[in-house]
Amino acid sequence: MTDHTVRAFDRELELLGRRIADMGGIAEKMLSESIEALMRLDVDGAKAIIATDIRLDILQREVEEEAVRIIARRQPVSIDLREIVGTMRISGDLERVGDLAKNIAKRTVALATDQRLPRAMIGLRHMGELAAIQLKDVLDAYGQRDVERADAVWRRDAEIDALEDSVFRDLLTFMMEDPRNISSCTHLLFCSKNVERAGDHATNIAETVHYIVTGETLPVDRPKSMFGRH
Amino acid sequence: MNDMSGMDANLSVRDDAKVAVKNLHFYYGGAKPSLKNINMTLRTNQVTAFIGPSGCGKSTLLRVLNRMYDLYPNQRAEGEVLLDGENILSPQQDLNLLRARIGMVFQKPTPFPMTIYDNIAFGLRLYENLRKSELDDRVEKALRGAALWEEVKDKLGASGLSLSGGQQQRLCIARTVAIKPEVILFDEPCSALDPISTAKVEELIDELSESYTIAIVTHNMQQAARVSDMTAFMYLGELVEFDETTKMFTAPAQQRTQDYITGRFG
Repeated sequence: MTDHTVRAFDRELELLGRRIADMGGIAEKMLSESIEALMRLDVDGAKAIIATDIRLDILQREVEEEAVRIIARRQPVSIDLREIVGTMRISGDLERVGDLAKNIAKRTVALATDQRLPRAMIGLRHMGELAAIQLKDVLDAYGQRDVERADAVWRRDAEIDALEDSVFRDLLTFMMEDPRNISSCTHLLFCSKNVERAGDHATNIAETVHYIVTGETLPVDRPKSMFGRH
Repeated sequence: MNDMSGMDANLSVRDDAKVAVKNLHFYYGGAKPSLKNINMTLRTNQVTAFIGPSGCGKSTLLRVLNRMYDLYPNQRAEGEVLLDGENILSPQQDLNLLRARIGMVFQKPTPFPMTIYDNIAFGLRLYENLRKSELDDRVEKALRGAALWEEVKDKLGASGLSLSGGQQQRLCIARTVAIKPEVILFDEPCSALDPISTAKVEELIDELSESYTIAIVTHNMQQAARVSDMTAFMYLGELVEFDETTKMFTAPAQQRTQDYITGRFG
């Protein structure tokens, strides 16, 4: 795109975009490492993830403050306005992904003493991988302002939802088999919910990218999985 | 422009058109048109803003709408401008009557060198034969309509030139409103005003749009975004894009519109 006549405006927008890229990198890493730590019941890894979250919170605050400053000073319109509103939304989504990963890490610490982990772990890992791919794809779509790629992420969200269904059933069966499993399975249920929500945030970002590029919003109804939700 | 054909069908031909501009070309003399094939409408009781860089033709278009160009011998317009369906560019058009129906407010406030009262009454006396009490009444109404009454009601005998710039501009708006036009054209009405006076004029435009059809030329894009329902972006004598103001300022269809309103031009 052509530069603004006022070049300081371009620099401000660039900086905003770079902060989102930084946040994206951190959130992506937190999400996949939290799943990894959960699978290996790696307490040290989990604690490291918990400690990282504050960086996302700080970056998100910076993005919001900078966005408000730009709106106040530049009165952006059209693509500029959509970009700035977009960064505010995306930073919120990424910050939430960080929170969810942190929550998985906390539960990992709590689970670490448990030796009786169910086979649902496999489904959970798969969910985590899918969510991480969704997040990576949507961040690439944002970086390249690639609306088709964003739309593809948006359409794929149903896959994670379907997996969550099957993980839920597995965990339920495991709990019914032996009440002593309830405590650990409840943690895992929350972990699975967290991963599903992280996927939702990737979908939110896909919607935002679509809006930034086209100025239009995607339908309110998201693609549904073929199976009913529990 | 390639995309204009579809746009014409959607926006230019509408039932609630107060003013319809059709295939308008305008020449300041010479063979090169300053306006090229303009097609658009001013919708009844709506505010239409014209934006574009200097020399794009937006003021020229405004001046065609009440045939200001007629004051200059070499200038000519081709095409049609329909006011309630009647072509005001036709030679049979009574210009005094036309300018009573389509009022204009200029960039610099231009009060007459007479009292505040007479600034308003002058135009009224030209068009109508009113008794003193009726005249008083109309002057007050006009000043109220221009949100100036409270500030000048105790000094109607003072010179119009003694008022501040913002008040002078509202006096000119009162003068325009007094003769009960149907359409009001504003040519950069706030460019010489401070922000508070600007806000007052903008508030006034908003109120006036309940009773009048309004067109405003402005260099201030935020002003266009604030006051108008429809926005027309013009460039080099052409109408590049004409759409709902909200659409124009969030997601315009044309790259050139976007470059201009976001400050990326040229």
